[in-house]
Amino acid sequence: MIKRQAVIVGGGPAGLAAALRMKENGIDDILILEREHLPGGILRQCIHDGFGLTRFEESLSGPEYAQRFIDRANEAGIECWTDCTVLDVSKDKVVTAVSKVHGFLQISAQAVLLTMGCRERTRGALATPGTRPSGVYTAGVAQAYINLQNIMVGKEVVILGSGDIGLIMARRLTLEGAHVKGVYEVQPYPNGLPRNIEQCLNDYHIPLHLSHTVIEIRGRERLSSVVVAACDEHFRPIPGTEEEIPCDTLILSVGLIPENELTLGAGIELDPRTRGAFVDENCQTAVPGIFAAGNVLHVHDLVDFVSLEAEALADSAARYLKEGGLTPCPLTVVAGSDVGHVIPQKVSGTKDFTLWLRVRRPLNGVSVVVRQGGRELLRKKMRKALPAEMIQLSIKAQKLTQDADVEVSVE
Amino acid sequence: MKRTFTCIVCPNGCEIDAEYEGTNVLSVTGNLCPKGKAYVTQELIDPRRTIASSVRVLGGTMPLASVRLNRPVPKDRIFDVMAEIRRKTMKAPVRIGDVVIDNVLGLGSDVVITKNVEKERA
Repeated sequence: MIKRQAVIVGGGPAGLAAALRMKENGIDDILILEREHLPGGILRQCIHDGFGLTRFEESLSGPEYAQRFIDRANEAGIECWTDCTVLDVSKDKVVTAVSKVHGFLQISAQAVLLTMGCRERTRGALATPGTRPSGVYTAGVAQAYINLQNIMVGKEVVILGSGDIGLIMARRLTLEGAHVKGVYEVQPYPNGLPRNIEQCLNDYHIPLHLSHTVIEIRGRERLSSVVVAACDEHFRPIPGTEEEIPCDTLILSVGLIPENELTLGAGIELDPRTRGAFVDENCQTAVPGIFAAGNVLHVHDLVDFVSLEAEALADSAARYLKEGGLTPCPLTVVAGSDVGHVIPQKVSGTKDFTLWLRVRRPLNGVSVVVRQGGRELLRKKMRKALPAEMIQLSIKAQKLTQDADVEVSVE
Repeated sequence: MKRTFTCIVCPNGCEIDAEYEGTNVLSVTGNLCPKGKAYVTQELIDPRRTIASSVRVLGGTMPLASVRLNRPVPKDRIFDVMAEIRRKTMKAPVRIGDVVIDNVLGLGSDVVITKNVEKERA
């Protein structure tokens, strides 16, 4: 069996940033395993700009943002095995993988960094009735066809869901000559960032229909139409509002799910709120030496924050390797009223940490309040808080005690 | 006149309430930084956008290289610029930063490569 200090599962933005920071922390024996032919993860197909605004103060495309990390990783001599799919991560940190070049592999690691990213919810998850014609794609699949493989997906397009990738694809399809007839969102508010509503829909006069959904998919071989309807507050279609829209393409942008089969295989429990692992302030899961960061932990809006989180993970993982363990984190971080999810879920009370959270619904003129045992640690006023925008709060160790749980709420 | 703008300069996406006369901005509220006022002013005078697309690459390890504009162009010229980009074919290898079209349509912006595509080994 191969032995390595640190094995990183996934060579996307989180894995690359974690590897580089591990190296800076003096950990040299690092191996990245990447299932695609090239590193970079989802950024390879995200050719629009807007990446790196906080990190590099430049508006880069996804491939450019990724290349900066890939170049640095190459210079640092970090090993990345591509075309290599990890099949299993065990509790005792044995990573099983298969690769075209290396065949069947078993690697015993002192630390395993889970940076597998996320995947898209599909039509199956929505259970939309109708036929099963071609022409129904998730937004990311359509993006890969158009931006990586030079295959146009259709001409007359309806988009279901207002996630950021769907909005980006509305613009991309329009630029490539398709007619995007409209975006339908079951919630009464958009799921994507306001700037994407503006620059991807409004700029191209693409209508956004809130509180609407697709209730039927029609067509024999190719999609021929969808039926849309207005929905009530319980997301039930309102009879009499049905409308048939002829189209040959339906793009689904209905949510992202952290890809955690390997995590579950290692016996690590998932938080039903984030659908990622429960982690402490060190990004460490319940299994000592197994860490998670990036979209596999919770779905981010911005890659800049994925990189940041992965670097925080790497600092902790390096300390774990050097010191043989990390400070226990017995205090629970509770997601209180109107908080959708919060990361980390466990803290030590002895260290500064960053809280990442999302609100459950759009709110105006609220405060995000962090308390410990009824004592207020931090209050952040917000003119508006949207589920589409992740909120970051820095909590200082000096304000914390070690005797009570921490609660975050919006009021 | 009053209008609400969504600033697209950064991911904050500030909702800016602006009062203006013609192209003269009288007041803005809601922006977290000065770029918000500059954005509103620009939107009133001459709204501009950058775009991203791809060009065909011959003899490369991938069929496409992504491109983007290095400076924004007038919003109403976006489809003209797309037509210019669509006409272009590159030969592998191409590198990030390579200029595909210099000063596209005289708009003061270049179309640049944003993805390295290596030459395919024979």
